[in-house]
Amino acid sequence: MSQDFRLDNVGMVNREKKISFKFNGKKYFGFEGDTIASALIANGVHLVGRSFKYHRPRGFFGVGVDEPYAILQLDRNKERDPNIRATEQEIFEGLEVKSVNCWPSVNFDIGAINNFLKMFFPAGFYYKTFMWPPSFWYKIYEPFIRMAAGFGQASIKHDKERYEHKYEYCDLLITGSGPSGLASAYAAAKNGARVILAEDKPRFGGSLLTSDVNIGNQTGVEWTEKIIAELKSMPNVTVKNRSQVFGYYDHNMLVMSERISDHLPKTQKYLPKQRLWYIRANEVLISSGSIERPLVFGNNDTPGVMLSSAAKEYMKVYGVLVGKKPLIFTNNDSGYETAIEFKKNGVNPIILDTRSNPSSDIITEAKNLNIEIKFSYVVVAAKGYKKVKSADIAKISDDKKELFNIENIKCDCICVSGFWTPSIHLASQSGNKSKFNEKIDAFVPDKSKQQENTIGSANGIFTLEETIKDAFDKGFDVSNKITEKNNKVSVPTVVEKKSTDHDKFWCVPLPKGKSYKRFLDFQNDVAVSDIELALREGFRSIEHVKRYTTLGMATDQGKTSNLNGLQLVSDIENKVVPQVGHTTFRPPYTPVSIGAIVGREVGKHSKPTRKSPMHSWHEKNNAVFVDAGVWLRPRYYKQGNEGLFEASKREAKNVRQNVGVCDVTTLGKIDVKGPDAAEFLNRVYTNAWLKLPVGKARYGVMLREDGIVMDDGTTTRISENHYHMTTTTAQAANVLSHLEYYLQLVWPELNVNVVSTTEQWAGAAIAGPNSRKLLMKLFPDLDVSNEGLPFMGYKEADLFGVPAKIYRISFSGELAYEINVESDNGYFMWEKIMEVGQEFQIQPYGTEALSTLRIEMGHVAGSELDGRTIPYDASLEGLVSKKKDFIGKRSLNRSAFTSTDREKLVGVVPIDKTTSIPEGSYIVKDPKAKLPNPKLGHVSASCWSVEYDNPFSLAIIKDGKNMIGQKLFAMSPLKNKTIPVEIVSSHYVDPEGKRVRS
Amino acid sequence: MLYINCPHCGLRSQNEFAYGGDATVKRPELNKEISDQEWDNFVYLRKSPRGKHLELWHHISGCRQWIKVERDTSTHEIFKTYKANEAIE
Ligand SMILES: [Zn+2]
Repeated sequence: MSQDFRLDNVGMVNREKKISFKFNGKKYFGFEGDTIASALIANGVHLVGRSFKYHRPRGFFGVGVDEPYAILQLDRNKERDPNIRATEQEIFEGLEVKSVNCWPSVNFDIGAINNFLKMFFPAGFYYKTFMWPPSFWYKIYEPFIRMAAGFGQASIKHDKERYEHKYEYCDLLITGSGPSGLASAYAAAKNGARVILAEDKPRFGGSLLTSDVNIGNQTGVEWTEKIIAELKSMPNVTVKNRSQVFGYYDHNMLVMSERISDHLPKTQKYLPKQRLWYIRANEVLISSGSIERPLVFGNNDTPGVMLSSAAKEYMKVYGVLVGKKPLIFTNNDSGYETAIEFKKNGVNPIILDTRSNPSSDIITEAKNLNIEIKFSYVVVAAKGYKKVKSADIAKISDDKKELFNIENIKCDCICVSGFWTPSIHLASQSGNKSKFNEKIDAFVPDKSKQQENTIGSANGIFTLEETIKDAFDKGFDVSNKITEKNNKVSVPTVVEKKSTDHDKFWCVPLPKGKSYKRFLDFQNDVAVSDIELALREGFRSIEHVKRYTTLGMATDQGKTSNLNGLQLVSDIENKVVPQVGHTTFRPPYTPVSIGAIVGREVGKHSKPTRKSPMHSWHEKNNAVFVDAGVWLRPRYYKQGNEGLFEASKREAKNVRQNVGVCDVTTLGKIDVKGPDAAEFLNRVYTNAWLKLPVGKARYGVMLREDGIVMDDGTTTRISENHYHMTTTTAQAANVLSHLEYYLQLVWPELNVNVVSTTEQWAGAAIAGPNSRKLLMKLFPDLDVSNEGLPFMGYKEADLFGVPAKIYRISFSGELAYEINVESDNGYFMWEKIMEVGQEFQIQPYGTEALSTLRIEMGHVAGSELDGRTIPYDASLEGLVSKKKDFIGKRSLNRSAFTSTDREKLVGVVPIDKTTSIPEGSYIVKDPKAKLPNPKLGHVSASCWSVEYDNPFSLAIIKDGKNMIGQKLFAMSPLKNKTIPVEIVSSHYVDPEGKRVRS
Repeated sequence: MLYINCPHCGLRSQNEFAYGGDATVKRPELNKEISDQEWDNFVYLRKSPRGKHLELWHHISGCRQWIKVERDTSTHEIFKTYKANEAIE
């Protein structure tokens, strides 16, 4: 098997293992260790996509995270994965990828017509075009933009892959394993620090993998292998490849995404796809290196034009030639390394150097190898549509303004090097300002904002000797601050051939009469002319120019385009770059899977599920569950073909006629203990608490300081200094925080402790006229008569050998008791109640029947206490003490709260006694009034009254107390219903409250 | 994510805490006659300074203590943390 562009015996891919994959439906092969990019280039494929705006052909430009072109869509196990960079995704057996941004195919793309209409697509095209008339938006503009936008399609199916989160702490996090990362990690690890070294690529070493250097008498690759092996053997070091630190957040929290099985054939049973690491580091060394800068010339986006460092890496790491007639276009020594590599592999490159007379060891070497070098030469324009076929080149004047001797030469790739741009993204995310370094024409991080330092080429240090020395020092210094071990290792000697001398020239002028597109941002198709237009139109701030032209706003965040854009603005504006400033870098440095961010918190794991100790009984007895906060509660127990309506009606009716049992474990329970407990409750609740005797319960309402009802529930005095408070299921956590707030901050002098006991107790409410008879059988030794255990009474007793607490309280309005036992005995209690209750026709009832019962009684719950109502609105004003002060009392004097026509709780019955009123309906006087129809209030809760066998609702309406007897209308625009109704008392059943006291 | 030094537990990540607002607000004493204006200021008026600010945090997933944190609202720098009733320097 032969691949036209694969070199024999060069590179680091595993030649033993052949891998086949599909690109746009066609089968190709590569080797283990290949990326999609390297494998396709080995097969001579360079056309992989179409550009965003003009749909121009796109090839490969880089070899890593900076890749602006080769964005593909991956299909894995029938799942779609968009926004995959071909330069990063490793191939695996069965991999299928396809191009995006093209229709019907990458070779014949209809959108490419935009390219011929490009005069109509200048900067701000979208702002200018899709303006008028507004009615065009919905039907014409938006569909057009939607079709044209985006890089691939997200999957709409549930992602079955597993993603994990991990929290980690370390002394030192190092973000990149190039020379500076390795050196500093080694120095710090040897000094005893706990180190994490993160490398985004599969292989460690960064530039050492491809540069012709010598460290401590070893090649870059050998030195890397030695250091990595030693680091891996140390217990205080974690070394991670395929791991990108993409975000630097507050207080030295960094987030890293580790691609664990993205490069493996199928979902791995015991491995997640990706793991997100939240790393809290004492110190950070940012060693993320630098990215080669493009040179700008005509048609510089043609497939085959790529970074010279990328061409070198394809050769040295993957054994792949990006072309056989390469043109190297450079303004510095880096291009020479690439040229020499070509030459060594039997390919004759031509170097065009913008400099007139440079000299260094590497240039001498190139000359000795008989490589053709043209000084003061530039590429004017690339020729060829889907691949470079030739280039117009020219001699350039010393002032870089005039072009001479334009000629066309054959070539199949153009490798460009416009010097290097430090990757300052992480430092910038940390909060650092940046400063412009004239020597390298680029920004480097200014003063450190957090506990971080930037080292190596990310800090603009471009010689290996300085990099290694500085990194060893920094690794020692930051680790010594922490470990104080003073264990310093010696710095190896370094040999490097290239110099850091470079030409400031980067943008080739247009020859007379030519209007080549010269691209700055390759992913968003922003050309030199677009920036010029934006400035002509008056945009000045670089932030505005960026947004108007979309320069640097693509998924690559302008890794290859930002600096050239700034250079251009500064040239036109006659400013220096630092005056123009630059835009802010924000996380993530590279795109992150949404799945990785979400982690395991999907589906039923998105929140914890809490179940009562009786849950399995409910399951066995056909309960249909409903989410109540994080709890699962039985909504109703299905019998035969019953639906929700029939079942809940049956259950509620049985409570009214016989006896029912309801699982009330979920109610919030708080123990309030201490000598000042009574005084505390007296301040927390609106009603009086000082005189509640031991063994008695009381219903209470608590407010927020703004006078709004916060929660309600009963609290029982268990003993002199011990109260058992109950809260609603939903407010349990808030109430506890509220109590702690007042005890710890406002009234620390009160000797009271509160603790949640919700999970300690299992609760069963037995309600209905037969409940006393049942209780007698459950507690034969206890006096449960109306005198022995009166309404709001409390008793402790023994339930068949299990200690139990009995509260005579009622939510249903019937004679009722609530029995609590320790959670472990909950199931036992429930079974006993059901067993003993047989003879009294006991049935379990769920939340739906519970709701019906409380609505009929006019008892308020969450739908009335909705964060907007004061006690009066919910008809709880009888519980508000006039004598004592309590939390929120002063607010009740506010004029809006004392207004006489405030909304108030009422009952609502449909005139026809058959039409149910949808919850949320408006109550109005005249259903035909002009819109917006003045609203009197809203329906908060609806049920089917089992007492009267007709629909009944609660509503909160304006001047409610004077509206009883009025005939009004309930309107539900959502359900398109208008129902004539009569306003009645909210106490629809047993208004005198006889049953609970019976 | 902030790293907050709970005076009871030590350094813990922000996701263990709940934010509790301005710590300089003092609740008027019980049973004290005060004007509507004073009461409204206590219930509704909060400072939102740019820079140093004393605020309440509740260590809900830890010791459940309310603590006071002196934090720079623009840089997130935390200068000092206090127990609920510790004197503020
Ligand atoms: Zn704590």
